[in-house]
Amino acid sequence: MKQNVRTDFPILAQQVYGKPLIYFDNAATTQKPNQVLEEVSRYYREDNSNIHRGVHYLSQKATVEFEEARKFLRDFIHAEKEHEIIFTRGTTESINLVASSFGEKFLQPGDEILLTAMEHHSNIVPWQLVCEKRGASIKIIPVTPEGELDLNQLPGLISERTRLIAVTHASNVLGTVNPIKTITTLAHQHDIPVLVDGAQAVPHLTVDVQDLDCDFYCFSGHKVYGPMGSGILYGKEQWLDALPPYHGGGEMIKEVRFSGSTYNELPFKFEAGTPDVPAALGMKAGLKYLLDQGFEEVIRYEEALLQYATRALLNMGDIRIIGTAREKVGVISFLVGNSHPYDVGTLLDKMGIAVRTGHHCAMPLMEWYSIPGTVRASFALYNTREEVDAFIAALQKVKQMLA
Amino acid sequence: MTIQEISEQIVSEFSLFGDWMDKYNYLIELGKSLPMIEEKHKTENNLISGCQSKVWLHAAFEDGKVIFTADSDALVTKGLVSLMIRVFSNQSPREIIQADLDFIDKIGLKEHLSPTRANGLVSMIKQMKFYAMAFEMKG
Ligand SMILES: Cc1ncc(COP(=O)(O)O)c(C=O)c1O
Repeated sequence: MKQNVRTDFPILAQQVYGKPLIYFDNAATTQKPNQVLEEVSRYYREDNSNIHRGVHYLSQKATVEFEEARKFLRDFIHAEKEHEIIFTRGTTESINLVASSFGEKFLQPGDEILLTAMEHHSNIVPWQLVCEKRGASIKIIPVTPEGELDLNQLPGLISERTRLIAVTHASNVLGTVNPIKTITTLAHQHDIPVLVDGAQAVPHLTVDVQDLDCDFYCFSGHKVYGPMGSGILYGKEQWLDALPPYHGGGEMIKEVRFSGSTYNELPFKFEAGTPDVPAALGMKAGLKYLLDQGFEEVIRYEEALLQYATRALLNMGDIRIIGTAREKVGVISFLVGNSHPYDVGTLLDKMGIAVRTGHHCAMPLMEWYSIPGTVRASFALYNTREEVDAFIAALQKVKQMLA
Repeated sequence: MTIQEISEQIVSEFSLFGDWMDKYNYLIELGKSLPMIEEKHKTENNLISGCQSKVWLHAAFEDGKVIFTADSDALVTKGLVSLMIRVFSNQSPREIIQADLDFIDKIGLKEHLSPTRANGLVSMIKQMKFYAMAFEMKG
């Protein structure tokens, strides 16, 4: 990791309310380095053209770049085949695609989908929608007070009617990294496919979908230094082949007649309409930026920062950390005494510190912990110990003000 | 006092504060001293869901005036709620309906009235005006 990564992120140099910005809301979205901003604008300046259909020079060039990005993503998550990578607008769209197409084909009345108590609404609501349509139901794998999945319960929750397990790789509230391999091993003994929500894992862990042996994997580019509106769905070829198309339109068809259409092959079957090409290229640039910094080193750096911040918070006293799993990504949810997270977040904001407050799109998890929400600080590779120190000093002030 | 007079009074009170911290300390104090809504009025029905902080608002109509009481689970929100109560409570429905709330801008707290703020304040003001309209119609 080079010394002054911060200079790659122009947005970080600004002041808010006259104070240097400390951006600790990276789990919501990370900032973008110049390399990504450059790539997106370069595409529009030099290569913009609609892909896959043109015989002309620019169209060919844009198509090649788009398909190169697909190969890059295949390598990045260690997938076997490039057509197992579907470009989407992000995690939410990826999960909706699977829920809708899988549900249509494989869900019957009385069937069950297994989720966990720590899922983001994105990995709950699409399943609720399709279960309601198909007369299926949802069962929940519980979490322990520390914020780990209670996998002792898993064998008992799997039944003959279980059709799919959807689980987050890392929790956006608790930071917990879930043992995906343990889950896929057990699930596959019962021929149940597993979908993994990788939105919070991809920025902080090396992901190998073949090693995890998951059937679907989703993530968003904007949480890994890339543009908003970028993301992928990975699916094992046999599953993607088996699923019906999600959206209809151009690009995803082979032949269209009013008597009926035939669908294009993978991955195009799932990419109806003009894709967000610059988003895909920008996502590649963001991931490449991360790799160029030395991913292993970044992971170690973020781990050390997480530990440093956790210790500093606990030393403050009167802090309750929600989520104390053994294996965590750089996310700390906490409560300050009896203070409302909204008050803490509002006052920190006034001191130039951006944190997230509230239920973090995980209302069932908040209910499980019986709390209205948390304050969440989440880190990226450009955050520093000095920022953590300033954050702790600001929190001390907040504590005094709210006492 | 009229809504206008109370608003001006609040603006002059806030003009004494040099920095944001004094201002927020005052807001938090105001929140703590807010005459709370009676426990029996803290119902689902009176709850204005602002997503993050909750606001409870109760209205009564006495002698041609609207009497508001309110509470919130967050202190900063409660401080802002107390300002709204001070301005709107004990006024006639007509005055409440016609009032604008420039003073929030003048005391530098306009950001709290952004619809994306998720603190329930915008909905609370709407609800206060709704109550005023309903009382005016019943007259
Ligand atoms: C665990 C998790 N899943 C899904 C999402 C949804 O991601 P997006 O809004 O980019 O589709 C998020 C982010 O908000 C998340 O943290």
